[in-house]
Amino acid sequence: MTDANGLASGLACAIPHAPHDRVQLGHGSGGKLSAALVRDHFLPHFANPILDRLGDGATLALGTGDIALSTDTFVVHPLEFPGGNIGSLAVHGTVNDVAMAGATPLHLTAGFVLEEGLPFALLDRVVAAMGAAARAAGVTLVAGDTKVVERGKADGLFINTTGIGILHPGFRPAPDRAREGDVVLVSGPIARHGMAIMAVREGLAFEADITSDSAALPPLVARLREQVGPEVHVLRDPTRGGVASALNEIAAASAVGIELAEDAIPIPGAVAAACEMLGLDPLYVANEGTLLAIVPASRADDALAALRREPIGRDAAAIGRVVRDHPGMVLMRTRLGGRRVVDLLPGDQLPRIC
Amino acid sequence: MKYLDEYRDGPIGRALAARIHRAATRRWTLMEVCGGQTHTIVRQGIDALLDGAVEMIHGPGCPVCVTPLEQIDKALALAARPEVIFTSFGDMLRVPGSDCDLLAVRARGGNVRIVYSPLDALELARRHPDREVVFFAVGFETTAPANAMAVWRARELGIPNFSILVSHVTVPPAMRAILADPANRVQGFLAAGHVCAVMGWTEYEPIAAAHRVPIVVTGFEPLDILEGIAMAVEQLESGRHEVENQYVRSVTREGTVPARTLVEQVFELADRRWRGIGTIPMSGLTLRPAFADYDAERRFDLGTIRVSEPAECRAGEVLTGQLKPRDCPAFGRACTPEHPLGAPMVSSEGACAAYFNYGRYRAAEPAEAG
Repeated sequence: MTDANGLASGLACAIPHAPHDRVQLGHGSGGKLSAALVRDHFLPHFANPILDRLGDGATLALGTGDIALSTDTFVVHPLEFPGGNIGSLAVHGTVNDVAMAGATPLHLTAGFVLEEGLPFALLDRVVAAMGAAARAAGVTLVAGDTKVVERGKADGLFINTTGIGILHPGFRPAPDRAREGDVVLVSGPIARHGMAIMAVREGLAFEADITSDSAALPPLVARLREQVGPEVHVLRDPTRGGVASALNEIAAASAVGIELAEDAIPIPGAVAAACEMLGLDPLYVANEGTLLAIVPASRADDALAALRREPIGRDAAAIGRVVRDHPGMVLMRTRLGGRRVVDLLPGDQLPRIC
Repeated sequence: MKYLDEYRDGPIGRALAARIHRAATRRWTLMEVCGGQTHTIVRQGIDALLDGAVEMIHGPGCPVCVTPLEQIDKALALAARPEVIFTSFGDMLRVPGSDCDLLAVRARGGNVRIVYSPLDALELARRHPDREVVFFAVGFETTAPANAMAVWRARELGIPNFSILVSHVTVPPAMRAILADPANRVQGFLAAGHVCAVMGWTEYEPIAAAHRVPIVVTGFEPLDILEGIAMAVEQLESGRHEVENQYVRSVTREGTVPARTLVEQVFELADRRWRGIGTIPMSGLTLRPAFADYDAERRFDLGTIRVSEPAECRAGEVLTGQLKPRDCPAFGRACTPEHPLGAPMVSSEGACAAYFNYGRYRAAEPAEAG
């Protein structure tokens, strides 16, 4: 060890070069430490021929078709949670957005903002999860960037990812294509990601662990494309704002009404219990590995069968239908047979007093 | 989910609704006292199921709604102080004070935290001995025992940097005030099950007798509420005016004696202002002199706080059942959940917000049909 003592005595070069267990400002300098950061902590998890050239930009051969592009920035706290971490989330979030346009995602770029003092052990876990998630999603990371900011200027680490994918002729799901008579499908149990995060953040212990649903959705979309094809009218991943907000946006974009059946919506028991305890409505809680699909009633069974062929889609269910009445509005038929509006929320859900 | 799904069963609920329709020979007007019950009624569409048989009026039992503006302003002033960690239940954060809300104070640098129990706030105080931790002690008799326990424990453990901003209210004086109002339309009450789980129902027996109104202690799940309504309607139809208990799985006549005892040891009755309604004598709780050290209003010099409510807000009439939220001229126009004029539009338990969020379709229905 020469750095600390050397600095104190003023005899040694100020550039620290001993192995570090935490990110330092020098790792963002653009010098040797930056190169070591990329070489030691990022490349091993992302290696592929395009990235390995380490040029200023990646060159890609995508063929002649249309492409889909999406970008997202991840600022989740805590950085690690049951079912994933910010790294896997940064892959899933962006590949899912590309997939919801109907595209097959192929490549990702990633930008990292690291806070001075971030333990490398944590960074390595995040990057390893990111690499594994990318491989599972069938995408390669082809360009990246790192910046280091002073302690206190970031919450550990922020990640931005941009994804690119190729579209398929005739397969163009879009939020404005829901039609009267269509059926609303959900690919699995809802509200798991948001409640997993909240349980960790608030230090809440529930009898059963709640695990985030964070997962790559392209396999589900591929199944739908193969089995149902162009009749898949809408695909959405109900992330922030949950199922309720996503369906409100679709109802508005398509100028149709949507009617949900409360008893058809799959909600895991532990999630329902946690929501009850906190006074939260699972319809507004975030998902990160669940999709909503809207298809004609005549294709609903095919679509459900297609979703159920994938492990993350085995609990897929039909939860509602598209109607002509009350355009722009989502209604829910309650278990008692009453009806209520499922509206957009003005802000975050706040836990209720009693 | 065990112990919940049983109380949300569709066929049983529809059978209870049919029982109410059969029993009612005329349209009765009932008030559910508690905001949690309002939430269930509107969210499950229960009022629509009972159309023609029963009109439900939403009572003043939402602590977020009735906490007076000056207490909100005191909370905002406390939360802005650099030495204070201000703790609160989540839905108080968006309640508008005179010029902003607690979320805005937090955005400006105030240390405002959501807790799920006042004991969590006490734990924060223990871990941050260099800071003053203040808990916003709002609510009815339901939240009073935990708040009393936090103060009791603070004294027992010698935690000096903990205090509470008290804005506690109690249910029976509000019911008496509603019944004494010449404009009153309420013919029977669903009493709040959780309040009675603490206090029992002996306080309600003289009210039922003096005003000749049935009072049914009722739970919060859809089937609880439907059964409570059925019991109240059957009393009205047979000319009875008793206190009955629908919520037998949680409530006894005496309530929870240790909790009541603790509340009585820490708090005493005092006059209290209710937002939108005004002062109701002996309707609130305040810390007893022995616990005055834990009263945030004594610990901090908050100066003089003068308040004025927005003139368009008619929360008082809504909270006493004289005005339906959607009949308020500001409802859905000047006053929305994004920009609430009054507290009933803030909390999901607030009558105005419940109507706005869940009832908008029904308000629009006749127009669509025509």
